[in-house]
Amino acid sequence: MADVNRGNRPLSPHLQIYRKQLTSVTSILTRITGNGLIVAAVLIVWWLLAAATGPEYFAFADAVLRSWFGKLVFFGSIWAVWYHFLAGLRHLYYDSGRGLDIPTAEKLGWGVIIGSAVLTVLTVIIL
Amino acid sequence: MAYLTDRKRAEGLGSSKTGTEHFWHMQVSAVALAILVPVFIFTFGGILGAPYPEVLEYFGRPFPAIVTGLTLFVSFIHFKNGAQVAIEDYAHGLTRKALIIGVTCLCYACIAVGLFALVRLAL
Repeated sequence: MADVNRGNRPLSPHLQIYRKQLTSVTSILTRITGNGLIVAAVLIVWWLLAAATGPEYFAFADAVLRSWFGKLVFFGSIWAVWYHFLAGLRHLYYDSGRGLDIPTAEKLGWGVIIGSAVLTVLTVIIL
Repeated sequence: MAYLTDRKRAEGLGSSKTGTEHFWHMQVSAVALAILVPVFIFTFGGILGAPYPEVLEYFGRPFPAIVTGLTLFVSFIHFKNGAQVAIEDYAHGLTRKALIIGVTCLCYACIAVGLFALVRLAL
């Protein structure tokens, strides 16, 4: 028994073999949005550094953030941050041991998707 | 033929022994960010696009400067811990170590640069 299947076992999470479900897709999206937010975060830090450096450098960084590229990143990031925000609240709720039955979990999944879209539209209107 | 038992081969692998603490820190920073992020979106969103003198004046005020500093600090620590879990799921061996160190250094650097900029803007 001691030398069967030595270290060549399948590794988790092994995403590709599972059928996609609302709960799994919304959970994977939490990770993707969270990691993707690094782009906007680094841009914000760079913009602050530019503002602290002087008017010429600020004008350059500000132009980049307000260009079509910057607008695209920030529009995407507004959705990503709201998605990650709602999905994070859902995870905190799950972690308390609640909402884990399938009908509730599915409802929470739709809540995260629809909620993030609504909050994104509201944020774009307000800002 | 190896004489080690299954248990002896498995010992020390897997658990990092600090998983519970890591999970707890993710929860604490998540709750902190649940409050900070909505405030930050409208603080930062309100000033992005304003002319330079207005930006200087804005971050000279305590509320925007403190909200920005706190959000940057807590969110980069939250990012570092969250990205580490993702790396641990998909990367192994030396790649895993290199990626975790890389992400950690990037987050520390961003915190340092962001706080330096805020101090310079505020003073």
